[in-house]
Amino acid sequence: MTGKPELHLATALEATGWHPASWREPRARPGEIFTAAYWTDLVREAEKGLLDFVTIEDSLGPGDGIERTDRVRGRLDSVLIASRVAPSTTEIGLVPTVVATHTEPFHLSKALATLDYVSQGRAGVRVRVDGSAGNAAHFGRRDPATLTREELFAEAADYVEVIRRLWDSWEDEAEIRDVATGRFVDREKLHYIDFEGPWFGVKGPSITPRPPQGQLPVAVLAHATAAYRLAARSADLVFVTPRDERDAARIVSEIGAESDVAGRENRPGIFADLVVFLDETERAAVDRKARLDELAGETCDSDAAVFTGTAGQLAEVLTGLAEQGITGFRLRPGAIPHDLLAITTKVTAVLREAGRYRSRYALDSEQRTTLRGTLGLGRPASRYAEVAS
Amino acid sequence: MSKPVKHIHLAAHFPGVNNTTVWSDPEAGSHIEFGSFAHLARTAERAKFDFFFLAEGLRLREQGGEIYDLDVVGRPDTFTVLAALAAVTERLGLTGTINSTFNEPYEVARQFASLDHLSGGRAGWNVVTSWDAFTGENFRRGGYLPQEQRYERARAFLSASATLFDSWRGDDIAADAGRGVFAGDPHAGGFAYRDAHFDIEGHFDVPRSPQGRPVILQAGDSEEGREFAAATADAIFTRHGTLEAGQAFYADVKGRLARYGRTRDQLVVLPAATFVVGDTDADAHEKAAVIRRKQVSAQTAIKFAEQLWNRDLSGYDPEGPLPEVDPLPGENTISRGRASVRLYRDPVATAREWRELASARNLSLRELIIEVTGRQTFIGSAATIAEEINHLVQQDASDGFILVPHVTPGGLDEFADTVVPLLQERGVFRSDYEGVTLRDHLGIGSSLPGNLERSA
Ligand SMILES: Cc1cc2nc3c(=O)[nH]c(=O)nc-3n(C[C@H](O)[C@H](O)[C@H](O)COP(=O)(O)O)c2cc1C
Repeated sequence: MTGKPELHLATALEATGWHPASWREPRARPGEIFTAAYWTDLVREAEKGLLDFVTIEDSLGPGDGIERTDRVRGRLDSVLIASRVAPSTTEIGLVPTVVATHTEPFHLSKALATLDYVSQGRAGVRVRVDGSAGNAAHFGRRDPATLTREELFAEAADYVEVIRRLWDSWEDEAEIRDVATGRFVDREKLHYIDFEGPWFGVKGPSITPRPPQGQLPVAVLAHATAAYRLAARSADLVFVTPRDERDAARIVSEIGAESDVAGRENRPGIFADLVVFLDETERAAVDRKARLDELAGETCDSDAAVFTGTAGQLAEVLTGLAEQGITGFRLRPGAIPHDLLAITTKVTAVLREAGRYRSRYALDSEQRTTLRGTLGLGRPASRYAEVAS
Repeated sequence: MSKPVKHIHLAAHFPGVNNTTVWSDPEAGSHIEFGSFAHLARTAERAKFDFFFLAEGLRLREQGGEIYDLDVVGRPDTFTVLAALAAVTERLGLTGTINSTFNEPYEVARQFASLDHLSGGRAGWNVVTSWDAFTGENFRRGGYLPQEQRYERARAFLSASATLFDSWRGDDIAADAGRGVFAGDPHAGGFAYRDAHFDIEGHFDVPRSPQGRPVILQAGDSEEGREFAAATADAIFTRHGTLEAGQAFYADVKGRLARYGRTRDQLVVLPAATFVVGDTDADAHEKAAVIRRKQVSAQTAIKFAEQLWNRDLSGYDPEGPLPEVDPLPGENTISRGRASVRLYRDPVATAREWRELASARNLSLRELIIEVTGRQTFIGSAATIAEEINHLVQQDASDGFILVPHVTPGGLDEFADTVVPLLQERGVFRSDYEGVTLRDHLGIGSSLPGNLERSA
C-alpha cells in the first residue's frame, strides 16, 4: 500500500458516545460530562492518538425530542468546551459546532477567532442549521416552519460568508504600534464587510483581529443536495454519510459537480462519518452492540453507517472508501472510553503500519501545529489585502 | 463602639480598548495573544484577587467618520477567553461583560451556565445595556433599542435568564446506570417565560451549575442603572472611587437595597482604579506624570476635546489654550461607539467649566485633558497605596477596587508582590482563598431564593 496518501482521521465527541445506552457502560463517566476534566481527558486521548481533530457536537436545546429519563440529557456550549480544553492540549484541532439559524454571526465569528488565539491556530468550526420548532421557541423570534430547507441552507451560506469576511476584516498587519504618529492600528487595513443579504446585514469590521490561521477551516455535515451545495460553496471540509463504496463514489461526484458549479478552485476535503464499535473480534463487537441495544430498548441506528468489528476490518473499510475519493474519516465512538481508545490506539496503529497514517503531527512554518497545516491547507491572505505588485 | 474591620475585595481588569494601556511602553506585550490574558489572570490569582474582569465593546469606535486608531484596538470574545482562562487558574473568579441588548437570553444563559460548569463555579456577568443603532449595525436585527428601553430589556433579560438557570435542580442529574435513570425528573429544564420583550419556552439544556446563577455585576451610572443594580446585582462596577464621590455613591446605592428586601452586604461596590507603585511617593508621582503624558498624547488630547466639542479641532494646538468656540449642540456625530460621550450631558456647560479650570490653573489643552480624564489612581510607595486603599474601604467609599494596570500584561505584577502583602499583614485582605466559587470570594452567598423550586 505504499505510495498511497496518508488518511485523515478525526473523532466526533458526543457525551459518553453515540450509542444511547453508552452512558450505562461500566467504564462510562456519565456523572462527569458537565465537567472540564472529562472533556480534557477525552481530547488529550485523541491527541495522543495523533488524530487530526475532534469535533464537539452541539445544539441549542434538545430539539423536538421527548422527555425520556433513560437518555443523556443536557450539554455544555461546545465553543466553550473547546476553549476550556485548548490550553491543556498543544497539537490537536478543536472543532466545535455552531448553529447558523439562531445565533449572531458577529458573535460567533469573534468567538471562533478567539478560540484560534487560545489554541494557537488549532480551531475549526462545524456549521449546522436547525429547523426544529422546539429550539426556535427558545429564541421566540422566528418560526422556522416559514423557511424551507433550501432557505435554511442558503441562510447558512450567508452566515459562513459573514464569519469569513469578518475574519478577513483585519488584515494581518493591521496592528502597527507606530510611536511616531501615535497610531496603534493602520485603519487602511481594517475593513467594513458591508454584508447585505435577504435575512440579515452586518457592517463590520470584527472587534477581534484576524485569527492566527487567517481563516478557520469550516466544516459542514451533509446528507443531501442542499447541504452538498453549501459545502461545495462555503466549506473546507464536508462530513458525509456513505452507506458503502458505491454510495461514497456517488457522493464524491455530486460534491465535485457542485464545486464545479460554484467555481471553487479548491474542493473541500471529504470526510466520511462512521459510528464504530471496535473489539478484538468481530463477534465481541457485535455482542457488545447488541447488549447496548437491549439496554436502550432499540437498535442503535444512525444517519451514518454503523460499523462493528475489529480495527483491522475497519481499516479495510476505510481504505476502500478512500479509493472512491474520500479523504478522511470522522469516527463516532459508539461508547466512550472503549471505542475512543480503540480508535486512538488500534485503528491508528493498523493504518500506520500500512503506511497510511502519520507518526507525528506536521509543523507549519512557524514550528507549531495548526489545524490548517494538519489538513494540508495553506494560510490564505485576507480577501481585503491589497495585492502587492 | 468601633465598626468591624471590612475585608477588601480586589479584581484585575484586563486593560481594554481605550487609552489606559501605554502600548508604546517597551514592557507592553500583545493585547490579544492568550499568553497576555493568562499572565494577568495568574498574577491576580497568585495575589488572591476575587476575580479577573473583561470589558466589551461590539463595534470599533469611530471619530469623524473613521475608525479610531490612537488607542489599543481589538479584543477577544468574552466567553471564549474566560473559558480558556479557567484552564490556567483554579480559584480566580472569571467575570465578563455581556450586553443585554445585542444577545438573546437562551444563548447567554447557556454560555454562562457552561462557563460556570467548566470553571467549577467561578463565572460572573457584568450586564451592560449599551443600545445604540451604530453598534446594532453589526447584528441581524439591526436598528436596535430605544434608549429608554435599555434597562427594561436588561431586567427582562435577567429574569428570563434566571428562569433558565433555575429550570434544573441540583439533583436532577441522577446518572444512575444500574437503574437506567439519567435525568432524575422528566421535566428537568422545562421553562416558559413571557413579557413585553421575550416570549420563549422549551427546555434549557444545561443542568444546574456550581453557582446556580453566575454572579451579576452592573456598570451603568444613570438613575435607572443604579436602581437596576439595587434590584438585581451582586456587585457594582463604578467610576466613583475618590473619598467624597465614592462615599456619596456608596451611600446612594446601598440605600436603595432595602426597597428590594435586600441587606447592605448583598451588593459589593467596586470602583475602577489605576495605580502607579514607586520606591518612594515622590518616585511614584514622577512615574505617574510620565505615564499620563503617554496616555494623553498630543493627538489624543485633540481627539478627546473633539468628543466634547462635537467638531473638528484638528487646527488647534494641543499645547495651547482651549478652543474659544462652544461645542456643537445636538446629536454627537463626531464620536461614535464611546460610552464616555454620554457622560457630558451638557457639553456647553462642561466646556465652560473646563475653560475656567484651565485658566485658574494655567493649563494647556493637553494638560486640561490629562486632568479631567484621569480616574481614581493610587500613586505612591506600596505602603502609601495599601494605606489609601484600606482607608477608602474602611471609610465606606467602596468595598474594594477593580484595578486596571497601564501595561499589558505585566502591569499587576509589582502590585501583587508589594502592595498585597501589606494588606494581608493588616488583616484586611485574604492570605488564601477560603472558598471555591466567586460567590464565596465576594461573600454574597447563594442568590437562589428558589433554590429547590423549579421555576416553570
Ligand atoms: C465602570 C463602567 C464600566 C463600563 N464598562 C462597559 C463595557 O465594558 N462595555 C459596555 O458596552 N458598556 C460599559 N459601560 C457602560 C454602561 O454599562 C452602558 O453603556 C449603559 O448603557 C449605560 O448605562 P447608564 O445610562 O445607566 O450609565 C460601563 C460603565 C461603567 C460606569
